[in-house]
Amino acid sequence: MSETPYTWRKPPFIGNPGIRWAVYLGVLAYFLWVGATMPIDWGRVADGFGRAQRIFGGAFPPSFERSGLLIDGFLESLKIAILATAGGVLLSIPISFMAARNVAPLPIYYLGRFVIIVARSFHPVIVAIIFVKAVGFGPFAGVLTLIVYSIGFVAKMLAERIEEIDFGQVEAMRAAGAPFFSTVVYAIFPQIMPRQIGLTIYQLDSNLRASAVVGIVGAGGIGATLANAFGRYDYDFALAITIVIVGVILISEGISGQIRKRIG
Amino acid sequence: MLKITGLVKRYGGGDAVLKNLDLTIEGESVVSIIGSSGAGKSTLLRCINRLVEPTSGSIELNGIELTRLRGRNLRAARRKIGMVFQGFNLVDRLTVMENVQSGRLGYISTWAAIMRRYPKEDIRRAYELMERVGIAHYANTRADQLSGGERQRVGVVRALMQNPEILLADEPTASLDPKTSEQIMGLLRDLAGELKLPVLINIHNVAEAKEYTDRIVGMRYGRIIFDDKPTSLDQEAMDHIYSGSPHADRSEDLRKAS
Repeated sequence: MSETPYTWRKPPFIGNPGIRWAVYLGVLAYFLWVGATMPIDWGRVADGFGRAQRIFGGAFPPSFERSGLLIDGFLESLKIAILATAGGVLLSIPISFMAARNVAPLPIYYLGRFVIIVARSFHPVIVAIIFVKAVGFGPFAGVLTLIVYSIGFVAKMLAERIEEIDFGQVEAMRAAGAPFFSTVVYAIFPQIMPRQIGLTIYQLDSNLRASAVVGIVGAGGIGATLANAFGRYDYDFALAITIVIVGVILISEGISGQIRKRIG
Repeated sequence: MLKITGLVKRYGGGDAVLKNLDLTIEGESVVSIIGSSGAGKSTLLRCINRLVEPTSGSIELNGIELTRLRGRNLRAARRKIGMVFQGFNLVDRLTVMENVQSGRLGYISTWAAIMRRYPKEDIRRAYELMERVGIAHYANTRADQLSGGERQRVGVVRALMQNPEILLADEPTASLDPKTSEQIMGLLRDLAGELKLPVLINIHNVAEAKEYTDRIVGMRYGRIIFDDKPTSLDQEAMDHIYSGSPHADRSEDLRKAS
């Protein structure tokens, strides 16, 4: 038996020293190359500071003069969010059943998963651009966009909840000779209902936030008002809109958090 | 009359869980099935109402062949087979009345089920049965508020609401304390007598099997190796049923095969 050692070093992350150093040098070289080839014009950065100062200077104090326009924009955003949440959640329920492995046959399961993946793969802004092209400017495009966005989230989370249910309750209904939809209503709905309500409230909150973003690309609501204000260099009005958006989102997040805590 | 002949169940490509099993239950007898875990008791019960698909063989209930039924006919046959579960399998978030009425789902339309518009005679029967087992005052209580013994009573009433021609009980007392367990076994025996209903009970507790049932079927590794009156179940028979392990039995089969 050799001498008991006094020193110990953590084994390196990459065992082979040749590969280890090659990776380190490669990463370093890549960053140097990116830094050297990216066209960063320091003159324009300096100009930007001046321009930013002009914008912020123009924005203070925020102007609530055209509050009628602001309120209209906001009410439209709220309508978009509520309609999209209702439509999205209603569509999410059948899709989530299709996408739950324990209740859907394999081909339907793949179809359900495919719908969810497609709905999730694009950012709402990209979906909004497509719908604005398809149905024109305005809140309808916003509603369609947020329905897709809602399906991507609600159907996925609900499908996961369905996969976690206690299947014994379903077996009990089957053993009693219950038809398919009666089984779903009696053995599955009661188990997923609390999650369903929580997701709906969260999605309403989330859609309200997203409706401000998709409005910028022309899908109506407060985002459209904000984009117009910027376009007309009304920075003080834009700041007023921004303040209201932040305020409303804070309030809606507080309320939805409280409700979701209560229904636990 | 329930008549099982040549029943085989094989999961995947492995060894059969049930091996060419024959069993006949006549009249209104209370029959218990005993045997160590993995002997195939649960699989046998679940083959009868097709929660598990039998691989081959025949199961006949009062003249109807169950193994080949599909869709509507299968549901109609299942209505005639009540089942009581080890874990109760109640819908926790629904009231006791809704749980009890869920035994009638095979008889009423989905719309009536959703709207909770139960037929008058079903409501009356539910109250009668709940009264009989002592849970009538819980009609509007959520099922998850009840104790284990009360929950299993709901499970029994739900099964009886089906107006079954046979009652299957898959370890109905395994999740209960000894005293409650005896109450439930007594209840099953008494109800079988009152409703003239044959009852088939999987059970681990041999003392309860002897006390509350008319006939004991002993299973070991997919075969019935004992079938007689409780008084004939002596130590030797017990040792035979419970000795060894599924693994040992399997290797024995292999030796025989080679």
